[in-house]
Amino acid sequence: MNLESKIPEGPLAEKWARHKFGLKLVNPANKRKYEVIVVGTGLAGASAAASLAELGYTVKAFCFQDSPRRAHSIAAQGGINAAKNYQNDGDSVFRLFYDTIKGGDYRAREGNVYRLAEVSVNIIDQCVAQGVPFAREYGGLLANRSFGGAQVSRTFYARGQTGQQLLLGAYSALSRQIANGKVKMFPRTEMLDLVVEGGKARGIITRNLVTGKIESHSAHAVLLCTGGYGNVFYLSTNAMGSNVTAAWRAHKKGALMANPCFTQIHPTCIPVKGKYQSKLTLMSESLRNDGRVWAPKTKEDAEKIRKGELKPTDLKEEDRDYFLERRYPAFGNLVPRDVASRNAKYVCDEGRGVAATGLAVYLDFADAIKRDGRTTIEAKYGNLFEMYEKIVDDNPYETPMMIYPAVHYTMGGLWVDYNLMTTIPGLYALGEANFSDHGANRLGASALMQGLADGYFVVPYTLGDYLATIGHADKLPVEAPAFKAAEAEVKHMVDRLLSAKGERTPEEIHRELGHIMWDYCGMSRSAEGLKKAKGMIQDLKKEFWTNMRVVGDAEEMNQALEQAGRVADFIELGELMVDDALAREESCGGHFREEYQTEDGEALRDDANFAYVAAWEYKGDNQPEVLHKEELVFENVKLTQRSYK
Amino acid sequence: MKINLKVWRQKNGNAAGKLVDYKLDNISPDMSFLEMFDVLNDELMHKGEEPVAFDHDCREGICGMCSMYINGRAHGPQTGATTCQLHMRSFADGDTIIVEPWRARAFPVIKDLMVDRSAFDRVVQSGGYVSVNTGSARDANETLIPRTIADEAMDAAQCIGCGACVAACKNASAMLFVAAKVSHLAVLPQGQAEASIRAERMVAQMDAEGFGACSFTGACSVECPKSISLDHIARLNREYLGAKITSEAV
Repeated sequence: MNLESKIPEGPLAEKWARHKFGLKLVNPANKRKYEVIVVGTGLAGASAAASLAELGYTVKAFCFQDSPRRAHSIAAQGGINAAKNYQNDGDSVFRLFYDTIKGGDYRAREGNVYRLAEVSVNIIDQCVAQGVPFAREYGGLLANRSFGGAQVSRTFYARGQTGQQLLLGAYSALSRQIANGKVKMFPRTEMLDLVVEGGKARGIITRNLVTGKIESHSAHAVLLCTGGYGNVFYLSTNAMGSNVTAAWRAHKKGALMANPCFTQIHPTCIPVKGKYQSKLTLMSESLRNDGRVWAPKTKEDAEKIRKGELKPTDLKEEDRDYFLERRYPAFGNLVPRDVASRNAKYVCDEGRGVAATGLAVYLDFADAIKRDGRTTIEAKYGNLFEMYEKIVDDNPYETPMMIYPAVHYTMGGLWVDYNLMTTIPGLYALGEANFSDHGANRLGASALMQGLADGYFVVPYTLGDYLATIGHADKLPVEAPAFKAAEAEVKHMVDRLLSAKGERTPEEIHRELGHIMWDYCGMSRSAEGLKKAKGMIQDLKKEFWTNMRVVGDAEEMNQALEQAGRVADFIELGELMVDDALAREESCGGHFREEYQTEDGEALRDDANFAYVAAWEYKGDNQPEVLHKEELVFENVKLTQRSYK
Repeated sequence: MKINLKVWRQKNGNAAGKLVDYKLDNISPDMSFLEMFDVLNDELMHKGEEPVAFDHDCREGICGMCSMYINGRAHGPQTGATTCQLHMRSFADGDTIIVEPWRARAFPVIKDLMVDRSAFDRVVQSGGYVSVNTGSARDANETLIPRTIADEAMDAAQCIGCGACVAACKNASAMLFVAAKVSHLAVLPQGQAEASIRAERMVAQMDAEGFGACSFTGACSVECPKSISLDHIARLNREYLGAKITSEAV
């Protein structure tokens, strides 16, 4: 298979403009004749559905939640980057591009990343026009802050609820198009298969989650905006419903999955408390702007704290180890997420972790409060502190917060070309569901930027080119055999899940999968561990299909059935992630292989052999997937070892 | 902790429902309320019984999906929090907890504790937006919006659309929800052009959906997980009256 990235020729700064001019256009009068399916209504999906409908296309949008407004983009806290340079601090499109590609440890395409930086400025304009209430200065200009790993202030924010406000902006645009009759919305509906015929994506098969009805939907193109697969780890900052099913079933129909092992572990989450824990809560990275990360210098002190014999505030300054400031004097507490997470893990591995589990470090605001006053800190982070107090029952103004890394984002995803089209013509992947822009590590405040860039400013251009090429007559009716066959396949899968009469719930198996993934394919990976994990996952898959039990019927609201289907896909994805992590014999970004590290424990890349995108092709149930490589070409940046010292 | 639960079970929208008793041992005070329900469902499934259906997703208080009426209060005894942010430490060992779905004509029950809140979506579709197509925006800093105005807009805009205001209201009125959206856009310059028509249309849709009238008792604001202020209802009333006087639409 030839993976053609379709990166346009020409100088970096002109690629997108040139490409847009070269794309075919659909006649305005013909646009309504084209139907487009959008799966998922988060930032990428809602913005794409609204923008395409505004252009005149006929859109059907789907989400599994009860309303498009609830997609998990809503939970993003910190902010959205844009190269506006409003602060006159040396930002530019090129700098945002450079930071993003470097932050991703040089495992993303230059062309894609540059385009992302380029359209970032339009996103802010668009959102403000919609009424997104970004933070402002007293004079009325937009406020900015610096954010995770950036040395300029380019992050726009709406308190600690930036994702919510951006999503509500996109949701309002989508709602307007629903009212106009240009978008037909299907909430509480889950995509369970992709229909491919004649080498093109033709539509999807869905299950109505309220009635259980299996239905076919036909279109000229299908856009998967279905988010990431962090829940493969069971515990993550993702919403409970976030899943890989749409993307995975498209993968099984021929779409290649790229860099699946690139997952992001976020350093500042509330630590795990008990076995019953269902999810982890993120504390925004912005907290690291003022909070100082530390652990006790000695194991003895840490142990006393764990036993409750000592309080963190009892520890004198000289008995504390501000390990990020010590190891990375230039960036200090603001090092990128992968670096911060790994260091927290090292400290806990050394026995210097706190909390009853020993799996936590401190994020301390005492100095910031002393310096700026409690009122200032409250204004900046009040809602986050409140959230922390609700969960932990501890006041972070007085006692330092406890944090530990947790799975947060997945950089890997469906392989797409520059047009965001997957290896199946007519099937697109946007936002976190694709692999394209963040390389091996995503910088803070870049996920919102990418989701909206793809939906508002990329796919409305690139989709037209495909549609104009195929023509509006090229659509398959839902009565066609390809749809009927796919429907039958979906029904068979549902029956199979309901017919298993074993002992274990889907939840239990999911939790077990999560442990395997976290232990062997999490913050630190080794060949030995990964091989072991592969066997464990294969055993778990057998266990799932022989010893699982789903109560209830197919023709009704059945949340256990929904979950079982998602867990089945997570298990298969988990195995592929392990394969991918094993095949990538280097460390880069969030992918840290213990065998490949520098003397002082930093990730050691191997650019000569691994500067490629690993794209995996499905070959059938229980068959090994085939690896295809897309070489990454760097013409505008020099590949250096990331240094934050 | 030991907990006695009385949970509303209803097979579907057409079936009759009733409260069913469950007993749980070994509940940790650190568990969230929904994690306690996970434990219940796990036990039920192991017994081959159907788990309790309930809406939930982000479990961090922002998606607005969770919606339980706990001991006669929307989202339970805490203020300024959603059901998923409620922890078992808010209850005492041996407590009996009654859990029901949101009760409102405009929110029909789908199953057990799950209700249909699509009426809210239709209210937003009727006018809860600024009509601006992608690509037609001017530079974001060209419109000056003083911090106080931006903050006021944000206070209203942070509504999570959970419906607790409706569930808490004796009339099942959606005034706080509608007011939050109208207010958010009415205080911002971007929302001015459509301010009148927005207020008129959203109120008309709210009435069409079967929500009750507002008698301004303030229960909505007390139970709102984002503590959205009643001031926004006052603003909605002003916007609506102004619109009625000046506009011929609707």
